[in-house]
Amino acid sequence: MTKIHYSTIDGRGLGFLALLGLFGAMILGGLGASYYMEHNGHIVTGMTNQIVWGTPHVFAVFLIVAASGALNVASIASVFGRAMYKPLGRLSGLLALTLLAGGLAVLVLDLGRPDRLIVAMTYYNFKSIFAWNIFLYVGFFGVVIVYLWFMMEHRFNRFSKQIGLFAFVWRLVLTTGTGSIFGFLVARHAYDAAIMAPMFIIMSFAFGLAIYLLVLMAAYRWTGRPLGDAVVTRLKNLLGVFVAAVLYFVMVYHLTNLYATQHHGIERFILLDGGVYTQVFWIGQILIGGIVPLLIFFTPLFGRSRFMTAVGASLVVAGGLAQVYTIIIAGQVFPMDLLPGMQVSSSFSDGQFAQYTPSLPELVLGVSGIGIALALTTFALKALPFLPDSLSDDLVDPHAASRAKAETAVEAEAAGA
Amino acid sequence: MSLSRREFLGAGTAAVAGTALAPGVRLIELAAARRPEDAVTAKQRWGLLIDTGKCSEGCTACVEACHEENGVTDHGKPLTDAQWIRKVEARDPQTGYAHSLPVMCLHCETPPCVDVCPTGASFRRVDGIVLVDKHICIGCRYCMMACPYKARSFIHENITDQKPDAPRGKGTVESCTLCVHKVDRGDGTTACAEACKEDGHQAIVFGDLNDSQSEIARRLKSESSVQLRADLNLNTGVRYQGL
Repeated sequence: MTKIHYSTIDGRGLGFLALLGLFGAMILGGLGASYYMEHNGHIVTGMTNQIVWGTPHVFAVFLIVAASGALNVASIASVFGRAMYKPLGRLSGLLALTLLAGGLAVLVLDLGRPDRLIVAMTYYNFKSIFAWNIFLYVGFFGVVIVYLWFMMEHRFNRFSKQIGLFAFVWRLVLTTGTGSIFGFLVARHAYDAAIMAPMFIIMSFAFGLAIYLLVLMAAYRWTGRPLGDAVVTRLKNLLGVFVAAVLYFVMVYHLTNLYATQHHGIERFILLDGGVYTQVFWIGQILIGGIVPLLIFFTPLFGRSRFMTAVGASLVVAGGLAQVYTIIIAGQVFPMDLLPGMQVSSSFSDGQFAQYTPSLPELVLGVSGIGIALALTTFALKALPFLPDSLSDDLVDPHAASRAKAETAVEAEAAGA
Repeated sequence: MSLSRREFLGAGTAAVAGTALAPGVRLIELAAARRPEDAVTAKQRWGLLIDTGKCSEGCTACVEACHEENGVTDHGKPLTDAQWIRKVEARDPQTGYAHSLPVMCLHCETPPCVDVCPTGASFRRVDGIVLVDKHICIGCRYCMMACPYKARSFIHENITDQKPDAPRGKGTVESCTLCVHKVDRGDGTTACAEACKEDGHQAIVFGDLNDSQSEIARRLKSESSVQLRADLNLNTGVRYQGL
């Protein structure tokens, strides 16, 4: 393969500044929302004693899950030895770091006492999956930074397989930890399921790759660097496989629940008569986040359209948010069984479907996580050489390029004949 | 008498260990005397027995007494106000049989809230009382996700007029303390049990589940009782009759 040359982006134009300004505004909004929430208390949010985790958690969990998935592109090169993915590795590591930073920032800024972050870093209860996650997340930063360093420093390139394998295992454990936050909740019908951990892993594959693809396409378009069909098509097809796998896991989760009579209530709520939550599930998660992207990715009509690929990846992101919303919010809306078999009511909303409307501060805080991730990414691209100068077909995959040429020649011949 | 090196080391270790452990052994003996200043021990397991047959629908004496005792104020916002104890009306949809019961923190032996708490702010005293250390609670609300009984409340807004015995703070989680200040003072009861008794219902009995002579232990031994969500196998300190 031809030697790949990486360089920083120019970052002097108006567009670059406008982009940073936009992300900066998102971050400032989030900080303001957080201050407003901490100053007045969570009374100014839509969260209650029934819906204890709200919209900020949807964004935070989405970003954290996507972060581990964004690293996959690098893993495919280092661990599974696919040469074509090698030039894509640096951006993959970078996005893994920035998405995680965005997600964690939202999570911390939503705490009842964010000023006590130091307590969370110094007092540990090792039976808590949350405590484990603190180590897994902080460790992930360290591992990925070393991984990036080894990818970028020629002398250490030869170790990138080892560190890549380590990072890959670490990210699998990390996403297992994130899924287990819900999998380990014994009391709630929607959770308490071992499938949560692997489902979160496959969700991370899809969400992370969708964001990777979008950032890659935007960065190459806006900096005028060549990006060939070989890379885009390969990533798009892989994303399609991941999206299908997410649908499969969701189906298994619901089929398992449907078999057990005790879970019929929650299934009826999500699948049939949960109002807005049923709509978020079917229209948001399944249709927009699953079926439509699959049609876009695998219909020959849209096969080579960059625009449609971007639309498909954006839909995967939107559907991912819908999926996390369904898991976190709808899972809490459905009442817990205090006295199984009995109808209960109380002043504390026992036996009732909880009411929840996302409030503006929650939404602004959640979106600021995306702002943080993208601002850090944009800045890093200017500071260090993460992006190859070119990802044109003849550079990344000479065989594909020559195949394409041959095909064109055959087509031309056929047309001529 | 001559000691080999091995014997000398063995004897020396035993002597050092004895010196180190002796005060500890003495402490345990002192604690058994149950003087107020003594440390909490696992000899006690505090709990409640609630007879739903004696609990009357619409009566909220226990709730009011608890909230008065612990300074749990009502802002008129039922979705976000803290409720350390609440009255639950239950009805069997098959038979129509209805009854009323107070629900609070059930002080599990293996509390899910303590399991999930990242900082250890949720903890269980060895005498069975489950509490939140307000100094290290970061307000993540994972315990509220984990509690099967919805016993916990998050403080959503500024609070004033707190009771010295029940410190509370915006941004942290709290729940029934089993009137730990009264227990430690040796009152031998909780605000809810007291109020229920004063109202003439006597539906709530407080006591030491480990003391075979206590009323609660005697009744639990001789009468039928259940745990809420017994399927979760949490061994709750609060037990119910008549469910």
